[in-house]
Amino acid sequence: MKRWLPSPWLSLVLFLTWLLLNQTVHPAHLLLGGLLAIGIPVLARPLRPLVPTPLRNPGALLRLAVMSFIEIVRSCFNVSGIILFGGKAGVNSQFIRIPLDLRDPYGLALLSCLINSTPGTVWVEILPDSDELALHVFDLHDEQWWVDTIKTRYEGPIMEIFEGGRR
Amino acid sequence: MSAAADLPVWAAVIVAALLVLGGAIVLIGALGLMRLPNFYQRIHGPAITVTLGAGCLLVASMVYFSVLQERPVIHELIISVFILMTAPVVAMLIMRAAVYRDLRARRHDTGAVSGNVYRFPDEE
Amino acid sequence: MMTTVLELAIGFVLVCVILAMLFCAVRLLLGPTAQDRVLALDTLWMCAMLLAVVLGMRFGSLIYFEAAMLIALTGFVSSIALAKFLMRGEIIE
Repeated sequence: MKRWLPSPWLSLVLFLTWLLLNQTVHPAHLLLGGLLAIGIPVLARPLRPLVPTPLRNPGALLRLAVMSFIEIVRSCFNVSGIILFGGKAGVNSQFIRIPLDLRDPYGLALLSCLINSTPGTVWVEILPDSDELALHVFDLHDEQWWVDTIKTRYEGPIMEIFEGGRR
Repeated sequence: MSAAADLPVWAAVIVAALLVLGGAIVLIGALGLMRLPNFYQRIHGPAITVTLGAGCLLVASMVYFSVLQERPVIHELIISVFILMTAPVVAMLIMRAAVYRDLRARRHDTGAVSGNVYRFPDEE
Repeated sequence: MMTTVLELAIGFVLVCVILAMLFCAVRLLLGPTAQDRVLALDTLWMCAMLLAVVLGMRFGSLIYFEAAMLIALTGFVSSIALAKFLMRGEIIE
């Protein structure tokens, strides 16, 4: 089982992608998709640099997805408003530092994707020789609010998901 | 000419609303890219184009074809997921390249040192 | 009636997307720095993808989906390559 199906979620996603691409549930495509879904992860396993982390808490992942979707839509309208009606003096774009406790590489990747998908914030990098994240904020009012938001809304749930809720 | 003839009213309303919202947001994002004053602000313009603009148009396309062909046509999901996974990576790489180049070239008017996170190499 | 609304909406989106591409082209020509141009090119590419999706709806054809997907795929790869080049390509002192 472990040898032929190293990452079941990846296989499932590949299988569904194949069916969606071909827009069919014909038995021949089910068979071909199944072969691809088993073959590709086995062949690609040497290419993955890290051991996949198991999801500890799928419910938290779902909550995080819904929350960040709402956040994306909300900040989309905020940024649109600033672009349309904000004068040049009104926008205070700055880099800020955010200290992170998250260490899991998959968690960090997920965090960076969520932050970058949200309009108005761009993840720059984790500053070398520290655990601080450099974040660029489009319209900064209150630096502490951003630190608290990132830490409680995003980092906390992600640590629950990948590190089993050490917080 | 168009095939939109036989869409029921509810579907037409949903599709039209999503289309208008998506189109407006795409336009606002590109407008931000054009008229915001410096690069670090400009990078936030395309972010709304990519997330909500593209999302609305792709969902509109899904609803439209699903109703039109009377079967679920949801392969636009592949594009949506692909964009959601790749757009953040592109934004992050361009941002890092911009910070690196501005610090290197010592451009003082770009806002690369705002907030005192980054410093020019010789002013440590 | 509903058909007219839908056609108007699709026409509006086409105008929006093409105007957006025009704005991106202006930024692409004006610059001023290389990273601005790469960002404009990336957005232009995204708008071209959306244009293909909307044209598919305009003509009621599923073929445009393939075009949109190819544009999305190649756009990602080329943007990554250009951003990487900006970081690593001009280190020569």
